[in-house]
Amino acid sequence: MNAEAIRETVTSFLAQFINVDVDDDEDLFASGLVNSLFAMQLVLFVEKEFAVKVENEDLDYDNFRTMNAIVGFIQRKTA
Amino acid sequence: MEFSLTPEQRRSRDLFRSFASEEIAPHADQYDRDEQMPESVIKKFAATGWLGAVVPKEHGGQGMDALTFGLLCEEIGRVSASLLSLLTVHGMVCQALLKWGTAEQRAVWLPRLASGATIGAFGLTEPDIGSDAKSVQSTAVHADGSYLITGGKKWISFGQVADLFLIIAQCEGRPSAFLVQRDTPGFASQAISGLLGFRSAMLARLILKNCRIPEENLVGRIGFGFSHVAGTALDHGRYCVAWGCLGLIEACLSACLSYTSERKQFGAPLRGHQLIQQMIADMITNSKAARLLCHHAGNMKDKGDPALIMETSTAKYFASRAAMQAASDAVQIHGANGCSSDYPVQRCFRDAKIMEIIEGSNQIQQIIIAKNGYQQLIMERRKGRQGRNDAADA
Repeated sequence: MNAEAIRETVTSFLAQFINVDVDDDEDLFASGLVNSLFAMQLVLFVEKEFAVKVENEDLDYDNFRTMNAIVGFIQRKTA
Repeated sequence: MEFSLTPEQRRSRDLFRSFASEEIAPHADQYDRDEQMPESVIKKFAATGWLGAVVPKEHGGQGMDALTFGLLCEEIGRVSASLLSLLTVHGMVCQALLKWGTAEQRAVWLPRLASGATIGAFGLTEPDIGSDAKSVQSTAVHADGSYLITGGKKWISFGQVADLFLIIAQCEGRPSAFLVQRDTPGFASQAISGLLGFRSAMLARLILKNCRIPEENLVGRIGFGFSHVAGTALDHGRYCVAWGCLGLIEACLSACLSYTSERKQFGAPLRGHQLIQQMIADMITNSKAARLLCHHAGNMKDKGDPALIMETSTAKYFASRAAMQAASDAVQIHGANGCSSDYPVQRCFRDAKIMEIIEGSNQIQQIIIAKNGYQQLIMERRKGRQGRNDAADA
């Protein structure tokens, strides 16, 4: 799956939690837009939607902090 | 929604029911009075392999699907909320390691937890920290290839006997999760007695004074102890509690159907009185509704659907409220008998109250559920706007 297709899918998921448009590099956690519950839902979403396993070594906020980070993470996991 | 059970799931349920009815139910009131879960009972339970219910077979567990595990929780919850809490907290440790443990942690601990050779417990709550769990005050300091854990935990189910604790502590100012063994120097537990319910769940206060643990005992990464490790554990705990509450409702209903058929007042069995029927009808209806929610959450879990967290919260919230109502009505129906230790409904009543508090109080569940409601509204409005835009473009 290419980056744009991933981005579209992630945007659709994020729209359930964030009622404002966010920049691709805006820190979702630091901005207070999402909470800890979202963090687990994001993991489940990535695993189910892209058929990958998010594991111990993936626990790095740099993988989840922004839209670009999430897209990049998924690209690496699906490569 | 799909709610039918496979023949294999039905067979498993019958097996769980038989064990619960024959091995636990006859003694559950005594355990409650003694405020002890005998070691022999824990060993007998471990011998079934069900302490490893959620652990995959390759790690020595049963590898149960979510619905089968729910049925196990229901049947154990039907006879003993205290034993259910062993299944709950032990499973929370298993689940957290399964999801976020290192390959080595999984290889070392999961087979021991699955067999019951090691009993696990979950150490999140503290004397001054309850619902605001990410603000735990226990600390972990990295030093010389180890972590030094200091702090206190409270209301830890099976904390009196567990061998391995999943402890949430602040490390570098961020919640983090660690495995701490009972025999770690500086670790101590003190029994908590005189509780309202869960009296044989062997609750304890934990004291950790400079407990030095190897750095390999960090579970997940620094800063992910609450959001991910405890989050995974708590979701599992809520799922257990929801199904356990279903069992508790069934126990109340069964006791009331039997009692009202035999007990006579005003020259007729209680079952003939319409105000009694009202309470029975509510128990039956709530039981069915709770079952639908539990099955739905189980289906979400088996599919790995992100909605499982919400659906589990909803099931836990509804089922625990329904359990409290059913237990209260059960005591009411039994009258003075229901207040005596001769009838298990008084234990159900006390245990049901705990169900509304553990693994995230019902007020926390309400907040989660309400927020989700607003998220759904936002989605609906976006879809509406998109639909109108598409129509305008056409």
